[in-house]
Amino acid sequence: MHWVIEPGFFSSQPVHTALVLGSVVAVVSGIVGVFTVLRAQSFAGHALTDVSTAGGSGALLVGLSPLLGFVGFGLLGAGAMDAIGVQRVRGRDLATGVVLGAATGLAALFLYLDTTSGATTGATQTILFGSIFTIDRSTIPIVIAFSLVAVGLIGLLYRPLLLASTSAEIAASRGVPVRLMGLGFMAAMAIAVGLSALAIGAILSTALLIGPAATALRLTKRIGAAIGAAALIGVVETWLGVLLAYDSFDWGSGHAGLPVSSFIVLLTFAGYLTSGLPWARRLSGRRTELVGAISGAAQRP
Amino acid sequence: MTTSLRGAEERTSSDVAPGTAVLEVDGISVSLGGRQILDTVGFRVQPGEFTGLIGSNGAGKTTLLRVILGLQAPGSGRVLLAGRPRRRRNSSIGYVPQKILLDPDMPMRARDIVGLGLDGQRLGIPLPSARRRAAVDEMLAAVGAERFADARVGTLSGGEQQRVLIAHALIARPRLLLLDEPLANLDLRSGQAVIALLHRIAIDHQIAILLSAHEMNPLLPVMDRVVYLAEGRAASGTTDEVICTEVLSGLYGHHVDVLHVHGRVIVVAGGAPDQAPHPLGAVVDGDPIIHLR
Repeated sequence: MHWVIEPGFFSSQPVHTALVLGSVVAVVSGIVGVFTVLRAQSFAGHALTDVSTAGGSGALLVGLSPLLGFVGFGLLGAGAMDAIGVQRVRGRDLATGVVLGAATGLAALFLYLDTTSGATTGATQTILFGSIFTIDRSTIPIVIAFSLVAVGLIGLLYRPLLLASTSAEIAASRGVPVRLMGLGFMAAMAIAVGLSALAIGAILSTALLIGPAATALRLTKRIGAAIGAAALIGVVETWLGVLLAYDSFDWGSGHAGLPVSSFIVLLTFAGYLTSGLPWARRLSGRRTELVGAISGAAQRP
Repeated sequence: MTTSLRGAEERTSSDVAPGTAVLEVDGISVSLGGRQILDTVGFRVQPGEFTGLIGSNGAGKTTLLRVILGLQAPGSGRVLLAGRPRRRRNSSIGYVPQKILLDPDMPMRARDIVGLGLDGQRLGIPLPSARRRAAVDEMLAAVGAERFADARVGTLSGGEQQRVLIAHALIARPRLLLLDEPLANLDLRSGQAVIALLHRIAIDHQIAILLSAHEMNPLLPVMDRVVYLAEGRAASGTTDEVICTEVLSGLYGHHVDVLHVHGRVIVVAGGAPDQAPHPLGAVVDGDPIIHLR
């Protein structure tokens, strides 16, 4: 077995922290991700990753935790996108583009200052591509707190958000404040993106937001099942990524190890591709037919 | 198919005084971008009545429906629902919008959409219950959608989606159902099936139906009342009262002829002997295949 799981994997403190943190982040990303895909807001999610990059690098510059920068700036970015008009189709495209550009400019400046100030030479790598093995245990409680806020928001807005995502017109005619729903969801997305920026890097965080959710949505047509599946797929891909990165220390002679983020992101992509293969389609189709047949039989008198 | 909508019947009989219109539109005027869309439009809809809101594209049908729903504030005039001004959260109107983009990959089954009609405006996650499931099943059966109840809505045909949306609108037990151009994207047969379904709902459950359409002929057999919109103004009454040369000429502001051809109605512009032919040519409303000069 030890050629798969290298000795010391489960007893390593950094690995332990990485697995706990990665799991929490993957669950939040999966839940928020399903709604992101449903609302066709992947691009807005990507703009938020650039905002997070600016936030994280800015936080490092003033000596704050990058996580606070990721989430704080993300929430500001969500507000800015709403103000510009993310709730209208054309406005959404425009808001995303404008915020994305501004944020990337800020990120370039902050990262330059981070690296030239000398105190944080690894800033570019840490912010952009993450460093889950170097995260301190003490970060876990605040990660869990942010996660509860994001998941709580989704739970609270669940029904009106689904209705507004199906038809904004119908939702509005029934008294749902459609714009407020959109803003609430953007806030949850900003938190999810910020958390996954901590785990796999700001620039890669949409991979964890979109990949598992898109994979799950290919496999099931039930929203609740899709949310559960997305969370599970995200956790499995994160664990596998951490394991492979840990193993990679022994792959070459240099004992350098490859970046864990690359493994996780590539695994989410592989998962998405696999779910589109004929066998996966058949599997989900057959299960659907089975469920249909059973419920049909149950309804017959 | 004899599913009963008990809630609606109880409500129409208990808290609405007899003789009160389900909907009263009174002197509604709307201007958008400096253009007058609606000019003192007024009409009433009685319980269980099937009303066709007829007008060509751009006549202001959607704007009028949006005013009734409270999505568009009128410049002047008022809308009364069962004799009272409309409240913000209103379950007494069901609404089926014109276009609804449902992606085939969207993980929403027909029954999920219908379930959202029950309590979609409330916060929180719906808890599955036998009562909830029974209510959804009952409504799916009422619109003849059992067969595709568990299919993704985005994969359904236009007519099937229309049924699901009607079920979504009806499950909250409204007294009035508004439909914006429900026949626009349907072939003749699906369209007629939807009309028959709505007609039955109106009669069986005393739910008033206000349906907009640019083509009135498919609706002639079922309409109790017609509201005809042209040039921002409206005429309402029975089809015989409204669809005649005098009334429609008055609405359009120029002479039009109303022709009856094998039970169908064709409205033709520019037919008066003392007038030059209308520059827009021929058919104002009716079967567009026949062009008359």
